[in-house]
Amino acid sequence: MSIKPEARAEALRLRAFFEAAGARPVEADILQPAETLLDLYGEDIRARAYVTSDPLRGERMLRPDFTVPVVQMHMADGAEPARYTYAGEVFRRQEHDAGRPSEYLQVGYEVFDGSDPAAADAEVFALFLDVLSPLGLRAATGDIGVLKAAVLGLSTTERRKQALLRHIWRPRRFRALLDRFGGKVPVPAARKALLAALERGEDVFAKAGPENGLRSRAEVEARLAALREDAAQPPIAAGEVEVLNDILSLKEKMPNVVANLGDIAVDLPALLPAVERLERRMEALAARGVAVEALDFETSYGRTQMEYYDGFVFGFYADGRADLPPVATGGRYDALTEVLGRGTSIPAVGGVIRPEIVSLLRGGAA
Amino acid sequence: MTVKLGVPSKGRLMEETFDWFGARGVGLRRAGGDREYAGAVDGVEGVELVLLSAGEIPRELAAGRIHLGVTGTDLVREKLAAWDSRVQEIAPMGFGQADLIIAVPNLWVDVDTLDDLDAAAAAFRRTHGFRLRIATKYHRLIREFLKENGVADYQLVDSQGATEGTVKNETAEAVADITSTGETLRANHLKILSDGLVHRSQATLLKAYNAPWGKGEKATLARLLAQLGLDG
Repeated sequence: MSIKPEARAEALRLRAFFEAAGARPVEADILQPAETLLDLYGEDIRARAYVTSDPLRGERMLRPDFTVPVVQMHMADGAEPARYTYAGEVFRRQEHDAGRPSEYLQVGYEVFDGSDPAAADAEVFALFLDVLSPLGLRAATGDIGVLKAAVLGLSTTERRKQALLRHIWRPRRFRALLDRFGGKVPVPAARKALLAALERGEDVFAKAGPENGLRSRAEVEARLAALREDAAQPPIAAGEVEVLNDILSLKEKMPNVVANLGDIAVDLPALLPAVERLERRMEALAARGVAVEALDFETSYGRTQMEYYDGFVFGFYADGRADLPPVATGGRYDALTEVLGRGTSIPAVGGVIRPEIVSLLRGGAA
Repeated sequence: MTVKLGVPSKGRLMEETFDWFGARGVGLRRAGGDREYAGAVDGVEGVELVLLSAGEIPRELAAGRIHLGVTGTDLVREKLAAWDSRVQEIAPMGFGQADLIIAVPNLWVDVDTLDDLDAAAAAFRRTHGFRLRIATKYHRLIREFLKENGVADYQLVDSQGATEGTVKNETAEAVADITSTGETLRANHLKILSDGLVHRSQATLLKAYNAPWGKGEKATLARLLAQLGLDG
């Protein structure tokens, strides 16, 4: 599947649009060091990206997206505020659907500007809406920050909250944890027996054999202590789980969601900062001429996408074309810059468009 | 017009495959000496025996270079993306049983389930600064299994042999490998997670969708299956 000239022209047109909006065009190497990407995204990225090896430089990866190299470039020598745009091929292994291309174009727009996050979110979304407007797409929005705030607002231990936060992007495991912390599923028999043995003061290491491997006995003991501590905690109250479920299943027009969450926040003050962020973003969107009263918002949107989106998330879809991937996706990814910056985070929001799909929808041939 | 049947070229897997066909009136044998990888088929016209490494049989089936093949279902699932759109499992053969499992050190008395593994991996990454390593040669199967079960903060390290030794050598913290008796695991102070069964494998007769199935080949297949007492 080669990239068609119309798609390439479309990519250049989109990049020119972002340049006109004030972005500096940047490039990124196609061969990226694999280690950074693997550490960041974990084993899943191996299934989705081409890993190859270089005799001198070690494992390399064919650029699966531009986000990481652009963030790294910005961290190395960028001054804030900064706006970047790029256009080029990305490479994705396709293990399940041979109909999907393994090489396609992406045009992106990334904003590193911490002065007014709501305004930066709105700026990115409004630009995407503008440049995609002739295609009549459906926009979806969400906010991972609301989910995080809802979890942090639970009246339970810090450890349980952190466990839930860690799995926001894995809804199945998140649900399993919530069921367990909420006492909805019984403690597994083996865990129960282990806790009972600890309670009786038995030496649970009696049959454990020698120290074996890098994970030390002290690490095992630390987790045992954590398990005992957790077993002594009461389950998360059913009412709180219910509220969390309500928040997770909100799916309405943006102003209604903001109003709903505002009501919930009366009893769950931890939600307030997230609701205020939502309100400020909605105002910023409206100020840019976005018809927010018609904009869909779904709290759980974006949960199965990139792990490091941690605030505003959005996507643009061609209705009636379920066969096509989203035309554009984006969001805020402060968490990613924090991991890449080893603790130093830079507020960052951006998104990508797939020019081939734009060109296809414009009526050009596939 | 011949139907090519790919069979493991050595060891017990080959012998048991020969026995299985032999018990059903189809004689498979090596044509020349022990070192020659050519075979012959008695009892059914039009079937050619191709002796191959068990690990290459999935690839040869997917490419359609052989019509039928005998190999473990673990290898088929590991080596072929979207395997069920490329090969059909005609019959399990009742030997070559092996379970693909995830095992951790006995020392980890706090870990019994995937849920525990996930929690231990999170703590391990915080403590050591890198993801918990699982040694395996079944990358695709393990990755998909762990994704399906929502385990995070791990990485797979490749191990093509002596996988159980990687923990002691500190090149991995856990292993994912096939086992039939669990003997090697026990000897290396490892235990299987109670929900750590990834795949139950056995030798299986497979058909390649992609092979040249002309009228002649289809007729030969029907005769062979009838002789083996199987439905197409």
